Amino acid sequence: MAVEIEVKQFTAKEYASDQDVRWCPGCGDYSILSQVKKVLADLKIAKQNLVFVSGIGCSSRFPYYIDSYGVHSIHGRAPAIATGIKIARPDLDVWLVTGDGDGLSIGGNHLLHAIRRNVDINILLFNNRIYGLTKGQYSPTSELGKKTKSSPGGSVDFPLQPLSVAIGAEATFVARAHDVNIKHLGSMLHRAAAHMGTSFVEIYQNCNIFNDKAFAYATGKETRDDTSIVLEHGRPLIFGKNRDKGIRLNGLAPEIVELGNGIKEDDLLFHDEKAPQPTLAYMLSRMYHPQFPEPIGVFRAIEKPTYEGLLHEQIKHTIETKGVGSLDTLLNSGDTWVVN
Amino acid sequence: MTVSSVQSSEKPVEHIDSITVRFAGDSGDGMQLAGTQLTNTSAIFGNDISTLPDFPAEIRAPAGSLAGVSGFQIHFSEQRIHTPGDGCDALVAMNPAALKTNVQDLAIGGALIVNDDAFNKSNLAKAGYDENPLENESLSKYRLFRVKIDTLTTEAAKDTGLGNKAILRTKNFFALGLTYWMYGRPLESTFEWIEKKFSKVPAVAEANTKALKAGYYYGETTESFAVRYQINRASIPAGKYRKITGNEAVAIGLAAAAKLADKPLNYCTYPITPATDILHELARYQNYNITTFQAEDEIAAMCAAIGASFAGTLAATGTSGPGLCLKAEALGLAVMTELPVVVVNVQRGGPSTGLPTKTEQADLLQALYGRNGECPVAILAPATPSDCFDMTLEAFRIAMRYMTPVILLSDGYLANGAEPWQIPTVENLPDLHKSHPAANGNAFEPYARDERLARPWAVPGTKGLQHRVGGLEKANVTGNVSYDPHNHEAMIKLRADKIAGIASDIPPLKVEGAEDGELLVLGWGSTYGAIVSAVENARKNGKSVACAHLRYLNPFPANLEQVLKAHKKILIPEMNMGQLLLKIRGDFLIPAIGYSKVQGKPFRISEIEEKIDEVLKG
Repeated sequence: MAVEIEVKQFTAKEYASDQDVRWCPGCGDYSILSQVKKVLADLKIAKQNLVFVSGIGCSSRFPYYIDSYGVHSIHGRAPAIATGIKIARPDLDVWLVTGDGDGLSIGGNHLLHAIRRNVDINILLFNNRIYGLTKGQYSPTSELGKKTKSSPGGSVDFPLQPLSVAIGAEATFVARAHDVNIKHLGSMLHRAAAHMGTSFVEIYQNCNIFNDKAFAYATGKETRDDTSIVLEHGRPLIFGKNRDKGIRLNGLAPEIVELGNGIKEDDLLFHDEKAPQPTLAYMLSRMYHPQFPEPIGVFRAIEKPTYEGLLHEQIKHTIETKGVGSLDTLLNSGDTWVVN
Repeated sequence: MTVSSVQSSEKPVEHIDSITVRFAGDSGDGMQLAGTQLTNTSAIFGNDISTLPDFPAEIRAPAGSLAGVSGFQIHFSEQRIHTPGDGCDALVAMNPAALKTNVQDLAIGGALIVNDDAFNKSNLAKAGYDENPLENESLSKYRLFRVKIDTLTTEAAKDTGLGNKAILRTKNFFALGLTYWMYGRPLESTFEWIEKKFSKVPAVAEANTKALKAGYYYGETTESFAVRYQINRASIPAGKYRKITGNEAVAIGLAAAAKLADKPLNYCTYPITPATDILHELARYQNYNITTFQAEDEIAAMCAAIGASFAGTLAATGTSGPGLCLKAEALGLAVMTELPVVVVNVQRGGPSTGLPTKTEQADLLQALYGRNGECPVAILAPATPSDCFDMTLEAFRIAMRYMTPVILLSDGYLANGAEPWQIPTVENLPDLHKSHPAANGNAFEPYARDERLARPWAVPGTKGLQHRVGGLEKANVTGNVSYDPHNHEAMIKLRADKIAGIASDIPPLKVEGAEDGELLVLGWGSTYGAIVSAVENARKNGKSVACAHLRYLNPFPANLEQVLKAHKKILIPEMNMGQLLLKIRGDFLIPAIGYSKVQGKPFRISEIEEKIDEVLKG
C-alpha cells in the first residue's frame, strides 16, 4: 500500500477522533480499534490520507472513532463506496470495516466484486456470528441449529466460511486473527496494510451481549493451543500445547497426526501463502472446530495488479498516445458542417 | 407538405419543404445504418433534421418475424422542425413483417418502396399475411414501388468476389441509394464513410459502394420512378453544426463538465437500455481524464459515484427506471451526506422491465419522491437531444453549488433521437470551478453552511479537515451524529430549503405565445418538439394558445405560478398517467387538464393539436 509518511508522528492514541466510543462494554471491537490505531501509528500514516469506510452494524461505527476521513455508509455497500474512492483517488489509504451480516449477507455481492477486482483496500471483517445491532438474530456465519430471537427452533440456514468466499472470489490476501490475541492481530493488520491489492482479514470478534463466548474454544487459555493452528509461511503445520500434533495431507484432505512414532515434521503439510493456486488456502479455510484446529495467520498473499492501478495505467497510456483531450476537439468531433 | 413543380434535365423534380422517410426491416438488415447515413447526408446538405430509431428489445429476433422489425425514421426539412414527424411520407419496407408493422404510419398517397424479393411464402406467413398484400388492393391508397432489392443488389455487387450472403448484407445501401435519388441527396459523404469503415475489407467497401450507386441509378433509369423531390437547405443560424443524439449530448456534457471544473470525471454505471450508450461514449474519452467504472450492479454504481464524489472528483451515474429503483437508498445517502452526484435517468416504458427500448416519462414521481424519509433532490429535464448537453452542465453546476445529488430525467426518445446541434464555443460555456476548503486553525465544521445553505466540500488529503459523513442524521454545523428531535426537524427543513433555494438561481419559465391567453400547454422533457409544433400550428390558425416547457422540475422556476395563473386553462400532455399534472394541481391548486399517452411512443403533433381544439371548445 502506498503510504505517505508525515513528518509529525502521532501516537496510537492520537489517531482517536473526538467522539465517544459507544460499543457495549466488553465488546471485542475495542481491542480491534486499539490495534488498528497502533498499526496506523507504527506505519506513520498521514491522517489526512486515511479513509475509513463502513456499512451498517456494530462494527460499522468504526470510522467515527478514528481521526481520519470517513464514510459510515449504508448497509452492505461499503465495498462499492471504497471502490469509488480508490478509483477517484488511488493515493488515499482506504480501510473498510464490515461484519458478517453487513459484508456477507446484504453486501455479499459488493464484497465479492471488490475482492475480485483486487482494489487496494484493507477489508476487516469482524465476525461475531450474530446480528448485534438489531439485537440478536442469526447471521450467515451462525452455526446450523443456532437458537436466536429469529430462530427459536434453531437456525436451518447453512453458514458459509468468510475466507472460503474470499478465496473463491480470487482474493490476493486472506488472513484470520482473533480479537483477544492482540499481538497476532496487530501483525495481521500490519501484513494487510502492506499488501498491494485487496487485503481480507477475518477477525473472530466476541459479542458479549448476544453471542458471548462464541469463540471461547479458539481464544480460551486452556483450549486455544489445541483448537487453533498458527500459519507461518514455509513452516509445517504444527499445533498443540506441547507442539506435538500436526496436519498431514492424506490425498486431497487434511488429517491430524501426532508427531513421533515415525512421523517427522517433514511429513507434515508445509504452509505456502504464496502458492499460485488457491487450493491450499482454500483447504485451510475449510478446517473447522471441533474436527480440526482452526488456522489463524496469513492463508494467502500473492501479487496481482490492482484494479485502479490498471485503470490509471490505461488512462496514462491513452493520454500519452492520444494527447490530453481538448474540449474544443471533443465538441467538434463527429460529422460536422458549416452553415453560412 | 407544400409542393411546387420544378423541372430538371432528366426527370421532373418537385419542390417540397419537408419529407419524412422511414426505413424498416429485420433487425439484421442494417436499417439503423441506412437511416443514419440519410440523416448525416441531409444534415451536411443543410436541412434541419430530426430522427427517431425504433428497435426491438431482442438483439436478433427470428428473421422475418414481427418482433424482429427495426425501424428508423428521419424528418428533414427546409424549415425549422422539432420532431421526427408524426407519420412518414415514404416507407422503405424490406420484408412483409416490416410492411405490416409500419404501413399504418404511412401517409395516404405516400411512397411505399418494398423489397419484392422478400415477399415469399415463408416471410408472408411469418408476418401473418394470408395472401401477398402486394398482389391485392390493400395497398392501393399508397404509391407502391415493388423493387427486387435482393436481385438488384446481388447483380450490382457480383464482381466484388464476395459470397452471396455477404453481398446481400449491402442491400440496405441499395435502398439508401434509391432514397438518395428520390430526394436529391449527394452521395459523397456516404462514399467517404464506406471507405473509412471498411478500409480493411476493400471487397466489402466496394460492394456497399456498388449497391449504393445501383440504388441511385435504379431510380434514375427505371420508368416506375417518375418524379424526384427537392428539399432546399433550411435557413438556420450560421455556425458550425453536428448531429447529436441525447445520449451523445449527455456524454459530451459530462466530459465537458469535467474540463470546465478542472476535475477528473468518474462515471460509475451498470449497463441498462437505453442509457448504456452514454457509457460506450465516455469509455472512449480516457484521454479527457475520465474513468468509466462498470460496477457489479446499479447499487454499486451509485455508491461508487458517492465514493468518488467524497474523494473530491466529479461523479456521475447513468441508468434507466429499474436502475433508479435500486439506486434509491444510496441517493438518500447522497442527500444525507450532501455530496454532489449527477444521476442520469434515461426513462423507458415501465413498470418493472416494461418496454426497455421504448420511451416514457413515468419516473417523475419516483425521482421526486421515491426514497425513504423527506429526501429532496434537484431534478432537471432536457427538452431536446441537444439540450441534454446544456442540462448536463447545469446538473453539475447545481450539484456542486448546492452540494446535492441532481437527477437528470432524459428518456428513450431524447436518448436515441438526433437533431443538428450548433456547436458551442468553449468560451461561452459556464465556469464550473468549485473551491474546496483548507484548514484555518479552527475546528473544521463539515456541516457549516454558506449563503445557499450548502456545506463545504472538504476533500480527503486536505490536512486538518478529517471528518466523517454518513447516513445517520447529522447535527447541523458539526456534522456529528445527532438524535436530537429538534435538530432532526431543523435538518429536514434545511435540506428542503436548500433545494427550494435553487429556484432563485435558475432562469424563469419562458412562455412561447400569448402571455395571458386562453390556454397554456405546459410540458416537460422530450414532449417539447410535439408541443411547440402543435402550438405553432394552432396559433397559425388563430387560436389563443401558448406553451411553456419546464426544464427544471425540482425546484420549479420561481415564476411558474404566475405563468399558470395568467392563463385560463392549462393543458399538460405527458407520456405517463399525469405525474406533472398531479404535482401542478397539488402545488398550485389549479384545475389543470391532463393528456396522457403511454404507448412507448412519443406524441404526434396532430394528437396534441386535436387535444388543444378539444380543450378550447370544452
